[in-house]
Parts: sequence; structure tokens; C-alpha cells
Amino acid sequence: MPILQGMRARDLLRPRPEGLYCPPGDFFIDPVRPVERALITHGHSDHARSGHASVLATQQTLDIMAIRYGDGFAGATQAATLGETIDLNGVKATFHPAGHVLGSAQISVEHNGVRIVASGDYKRQPDPTCVPFEPVKCDVFITEATFGLPVFRHPPDREEMGRLLKSVAQFPERSHLIGAYALGKAQRVIRLLRDLGYAEPIYIHGALARLSEYYESQGVALGLLEPATVESGSKRDFAGAVVVGTPSAFVDRWARRFPDPVACYASGWMRIRQRAKQIGVELPLIISDHSDWDELTDTIVETGAAEVWVTHGREEALVRWCELNGIAARPLHLVGYEDEGD
Amino acid sequence: MNRFAELLDRLVLTPSRNGKLTLITDYFRSVEDPDRGYALQAITGDLAIAAVKPAMLRALVVERMDPVLFGYSYDYVGDLAETVSLVWPEPEQSANHVPTLGEVVEKLQSASRSDGPGVLAGLLDNAGISARFAIIKLVTGGLRIGVSARLAKQALADFGKVDVAEIEELWHGLAPPYATLFAWLEGKAPKPKQSAKALFRPVMLSHPVEDNDLAKLEPADYVAEWKWDGIRVQAVSLGGVRRLYSRTGDDISGAFPDLVDAMDFDAALDGELLVGTLPQWTGTFSDLQQRLNRKAVSAKIRERFPAFVRCYDVMQIESEDLRQLPFVERRLRLEDFVGLLEPSRFDLSPTIPFSSWEELEALRKAPPHPIIEGVMIKRRDSAYVAGRPKGPWFKWKRDPHTVDAVLMYAQRGHGKRSSYYSDYTFGVWSGPPEAGELVPVGKAYFGFTDEELKQIDKYVRDNTVERFGPVRSVRADATHGLVLEVAFEGLNRSTRHKSGVAMRFPRISRLRWDKPAHEADRLETLTAMLD
Ligand SMILES: [Zn+2]
Ligand SMILES: [Zn+2]
Repeated sequence: MPILQGMRARDLLRPRPEGLYCPPGDFFIDPVRPVERALITHGHSDHARSGHASVLATQQTLDIMAIRYGDGFAGATQAATLGETIDLNGVKATFHPAGHVLGSAQISVEHNGVRIVASGDYKRQPDPTCVPFEPVKCDVFITEATFGLPVFRHPPDREEMGRLLKSVAQFPERSHLIGAYALGKAQRVIRLLRDLGYAEPIYIHGALARLSEYYESQGVALGLLEPATVESGSKRDFAGAVVVGTPSAFVDRWARRFPDPVACYASGWMRIRQRAKQIGVELPLIISDHSDWDELTDTIVETGAAEVWVTHGREEALVRWCELNGIAARPLHLVGYEDEGD
Repeated sequence: MNRFAELLDRLVLTPSRNGKLTLITDYFRSVEDPDRGYALQAITGDLAIAAVKPAMLRALVVERMDPVLFGYSYDYVGDLAETVSLVWPEPEQSANHVPTLGEVVEKLQSASRSDGPGVLAGLLDNAGISARFAIIKLVTGGLRIGVSARLAKQALADFGKVDVAEIEELWHGLAPPYATLFAWLEGKAPKPKQSAKALFRPVMLSHPVEDNDLAKLEPADYVAEWKWDGIRVQAVSLGGVRRLYSRTGDDISGAFPDLVDAMDFDAALDGELLVGTLPQWTGTFSDLQQRLNRKAVSAKIRERFPAFVRCYDVMQIESEDLRQLPFVERRLRLEDFVGLLEPSRFDLSPTIPFSSWEELEALRKAPPHPIIEGVMIKRRDSAYVAGRPKGPWFKWKRDPHTVDAVLMYAQRGHGKRSSYYSDYTFGVWSGPPEAGELVPVGKAYFGFTDEELKQIDKYVRDNTVERFGPVRSVRADATHGLVLEVAFEGLNRSTRHKSGVAMRFPRISRLRWDKPAHEADRLETLTAMLD
């Protein structure tokens, strides 16, 4: 009885201005405002905010939040182990890997025989910097739709990095500046370069230093990283270099120290030529930590969910696809989650 | 195909000339024949493939996917070729062989009109996203990668470490896929013999006059002549070979046998191709269009619209290259030379005496012939230089025509404008004044500011009469309607439009919120401009 189940599902999780709320368990998932009890899927700033009274998340997500917000980011913290179920006022919550960034998890919430999986952000492409996504059978699957249009198809990440290395060889007198989100994307890009045999030092913007160190401490080897500061080299020294920085760093004065840089940007948005052109990217690298269209639709099928709730992104196309495939679907109008630049 | 697709993707986003040259020369170095030759042909714009219309492309894709999902996708991306390349469903059995560029070109060139779409679909099934985009760009025409034929030739020169002039000299004697050229540039074969005679010579172009240009120039240093509204051509007849070239070096001799017959001279001339019976009658641009872009021209049309060249310049006479001479000396040689030619096929573009820029401006505003689109100003001492050097030659165009028309239909735009009604069809009044009706006379989608776009968009939404797909018809009658001042460069006769006229380069020049709809212009105003 899908309708009855739907109603029960909505009793278990529902959108509130603060975020997705679980009335029987009295907790929020990825709330955008300070709340009493927050369950957090991963460390990206639109999902993980500071100021909650208590936070339940994976140890890695807690560590990342402490790096970004300082130790006092929450009143109390509790680490969730992947695959272990925790009882919250009779609601069973389980964290499962989401394959998005280091520490990222989906949160399964189960009560009175109904299971909803809030997947947070997720992807299915292999990523050497985090644990792969695990599909979880559920009644309702809450999916993101950042790249929820059939035009988004991410190529294999190694192919993209291969194009970068080719360009580095082609333009030895220029530096290659890669814009990459500070948490996850930057470390993945660096790790991919290493996996492809790139052994030179990689220069990084200061905003990436602590997170990259943390990745190293968690067993993600990144090779020799050097700060991309003027003290570390003159313009000439950066000729032929690969530099990784946050996308926003490329427009400020920091970027002027590099010789005739090739502007690269590692993002799923780079699939659209006009988008690359508009922001002056010369070498788009289509590398995303989110699912592309095929990953989204394949995952929905794999979860076996009878109903899908679609959140942050292009909801309408994914809802349409679900309808065409006989799956009940509705957009979940949550506010506060922006297009992440990844 | 993948390497060509990758080259296109990179060229589009590489702003610097040197960067582009590196990418192209590296491509020539790493790709074998005949693929690199076809790539060169595609980049220089010489690759002719049976065209596939956008509507056909759209039909192919919606046979394969949900039209609603396609609609969302197209709205988001804004470019049809790119959207189709992205959403094209990968076949169940993945391709074991991605076709090479050579295979793609050969398959498409040998496809008949009726099996063209099927062949295209088969190719798209076997290609990845980037390759699909490149294939679609090839069949829909216009790669738009910001690489001129000249830059491609420079890349060839860099690749073979020779002077670009050597490439240009040889160019018209070579045929795709240019295997002999590449072999020479790689040092594997001798330089190809200059087999072709009557080669194209790179054309000299002018800069438009801008606001303060003339104040800085001394009128006595310049000669002025009319700028005729035909097409710029080069008539070369040397060593018994006769060729008529367009400005970009395309050989258009085939469409003008009457003119080529009369090229019984030994010289290379620069001039404007026009139609008419000299000296009495010079036809309009729409008359000239009867002779353009046609494979074959009937005898009847040739008789009604005989082609002739109004000569501007001379580059060579017999074996003497005149390009280094000052303009005034070339002009004297030209005057003597044209006097010897068949008078119904060649005449001289007259110079305009003037002593001040004000005087010339007055002449420019009131030209003695409707086929004149402005004046050319040329430095007396200017040599004939290939390209568009700044300084020696200027064009000073007549101000555009304007007409007040009424907004009739609006269509949603693409890309950044996909949420706005930004493409406008407008009309003018026709029929008896008391029971007039609007007839559409053109379409424009630029000329307005972002702020004005918002205002028109709101107007369209508030005054919609009917909606069909992305188009809305807007209330437009004698008492109610938005008047647009439309500027345009010229007017052609058209049998495809109900109004009988088609505008060249129409754009919105002003929004006339103040003007009542019934005061907009009448069709007769436009038809009068045709004659
Ligand atoms: Zn995220
Ligand atoms: Zn997110």
C-alpha cells in the first residue's frame, strides 16, 4: 500500500526549515540551523554546520568539522561506525558509506518497519580517497540531484587527469592551475596524479594544507606537497608546475604569481562547454564527487525503493524519470544547500 | 575521431594564438594521414558534407529518449549539437571500434540525402560524447572554434618550419587530405610542385571608421571611392587559367560562366561582383542573390542578371606583381587596364573627389546610387597588404535603415536566456488603413540591453494571446501593441515570406513605448526601399 506507507514515511522524516527532521527520534539530518541533535552525512559546509548541541557523525566527519570550525564546533559529539546501528528514542539509525568524500555516509533511519535512506551527497565512480558507496535496500530513498539531468555524464576520472598530464607536457613553459573544492576534490585530484605516475612536487594553496594533511594521516598518500607561495619560488620556478587551489583563489591576486597559467577546473559542471567558457576555464576536467545521471538512476533502481524523494539540484528531471519508470517520486524542498562547486 | 574531438574541445577554450598553434601542430605531429588532412580541411572550412538540418537531429534523438527529458536538457544546455552529443543513449553493445575521422568523413560524404540521418545515427552510436559533438558539428556546418584558415596555415608552417607564405602560395594547388603537403613538411618528400595556376592572392581588408579616427587623418593623404553592396571578389586569369575567387579564397568560377568567359586577360583584379547591364543598370543585392549559392544557373537567370565586376584594384598584370606599389600608382595602371576589357563585364569603381571629411560625410549620406553602402577611404601611398592592417584602408558605412514595427511573437531564448522571451518577430501594417493587418517582416534577438530584455519579457508575459510550445503570440492591434524600432542593413526580395521582403542583419535599436501601434510603419515603406 504505497500511499499508507508514504504517509508513514512522512511521519518518520519530514522537511522543516532547519532541515530534514525525524519526529519519533527527535533529530535532524544535515540541519542548516543550530539544533539540539544533528546527524551529519559529511563535512561539506552546506551539510555540516557548527553550533549544534550534539552531533552524531563518522569519526572522520567529526575530525573534518573540527579542522574547519575548531574544537568547539558542537556541544557534544558521538562517532558513528559504518554499518553499526544506533538506537535514538526507538529509531534505528545506521551510517553506510556514500563514496562522496572522506568520512561521507548515507544515513538509514528505520522505525515501525519503514526504512528511509538519506544518502546525503554520493557517487558511484571509484575514488581512491574514500570508501565506496554501498547500496542499501529501503522503502524511501532520498537522493541528491546536483547533476540530475541526462546531459551530465561524468567520464572516468583517470581519462580526465590524462588530458591534464598531456597538457602539462604540451605547455612546459606554463603552469597548470587546477581549481578544486578544498575538501575531497583537491585530494582526489592530487591522488589521481600520483596514481598516474606524476612524481613532481605539487603546489597547493594554503586553504588545502590542513585537510590534505588530515587525508595523509588517514592513509591517503598524496606525495610531496609544497605551498604555492611566492617565497617558495619565483615566477620562473612555477613554469611546468601543477598547482591546486580552491576555485575562489583563482580570481584573487594569489593567482597572479604564476607564469601564463592554464586555468583548469575539476568539476562536474565542466561537462557544459558554455559553463567552462563563461568562467574562463581553458582546460575543463570533468571530475565530480556527485553522481551523474546514470549513477543516480542506477542507484535508485538498486535500492529497490518504492518511493524517491529528490533534493538539492535539478529535481524535475529525476522526478520525471521516476514517473516513467513507475517509481513514486517527489521533490523535497529543502533550503540552504547550494550548488557545491564539485 | 577522439583525437580530433579533443583538439576541437581544446581549441574552443584556448584564447591565445600561440596556445592554439601549439595544439594544432602537436595534433599534426601525432596523427597520421589521412585523418590530419581531413582535420585541416575541416578547420579551414573546406570540408563539405551533406548537411543534416537541426530538425532532423532533434527527430533522431527524440526517437531514442523521452521528449520531456530531452526538453529539460536542451533548455539547460542551450546548444542543440551539444545537448544531443550528451544525451544520445549509448547502445547496449558498446562499440568495439570508434570510427576514425577519415572513416566518418568518407561515410558521410558518400551517404545519399535519404540515408544521411541513418548513417549519422550509426556513427553517433559508435562514438563517445566528445566525438559525437565533433561529428554533429561537422554535419551541421560551422565548427566555430575560433581558428581562421590563416592560423591553420601558420600551424602548418610551424609544423614544417617553413615560411607561411610558402604554404599560401601552394595552397590552391593542393587537394585534401593533403598527403603530399604533410610529407614535405615532415621532410619525407620534396616540396609539392605548384601545379595550379591563377592562384588566389590573400585579400586586403579595411577597418570601420570609428568615432575619432578621421579627425586625426589628413584628407589630402587619402582617396575615396564608393563601397558597393555586392560581394568582394578576385578575378584571376593567368597562364591560360581563369578563376573567380570569393574574399576568402573559395573558387566560385562555376556559378559565373558568363563572367569567366569574358576574362580574356592576363592579370589579377580585385573588385565587387554585381549584376546588371552596363553602363545603364546595376542590380540590387537581392538581384545578385539570384546568382549566388546555386550549383547551376539557368540561361534565363544569366540573361536577366548578367554578372560583372566593378574593379577596385589590380594586384598583378602579366608577370608583374604590383602589390608593393602605392595605391595611386596601382590605380593608374588599373584605369588603363580596365579600359581594354569587355565593357559589359568590367568597369571601374569611380573615385570621389573631396577636400574635407565633412564634404565626404555629406556624400556618404546621400549616395548617388541605391547599391552603395558607404565609402572606402584608402591611403594614397598604401601597398596592397594581405589581411586587415590598421591605418591604410577604412570603410565608412552608410547609417543603417530603421523602421518602426510592432511586436507580434516572442520565443524563449537558449542558454543564459532560457528563462526569457528574447527572440522577437515583428510586423508592419499592410492593407487599407482602416482595416489594416500586421504582416511579419523579420525576427531579431539582439540590440537591446539586459534591462530592456526584462521589460520586454514582462510585456510578453502580460500580453500573451496564445501559446504554442516556446512561442507566445502577443496582443498587437491598432489600439494595443509594443512598437520596436528595428535597424537593418538592407532589404532583399523574398518569396519565402508573406511580406515579400527579408531584412539583412535586423536588430532592435529602440523600444518605442511612447508610440501607438497604429503609427508603426507600413509595408509600402519597405517595398519602396527595394527599388
Ligand atoms: Zn558534499
Ligand atoms: Zn551537498
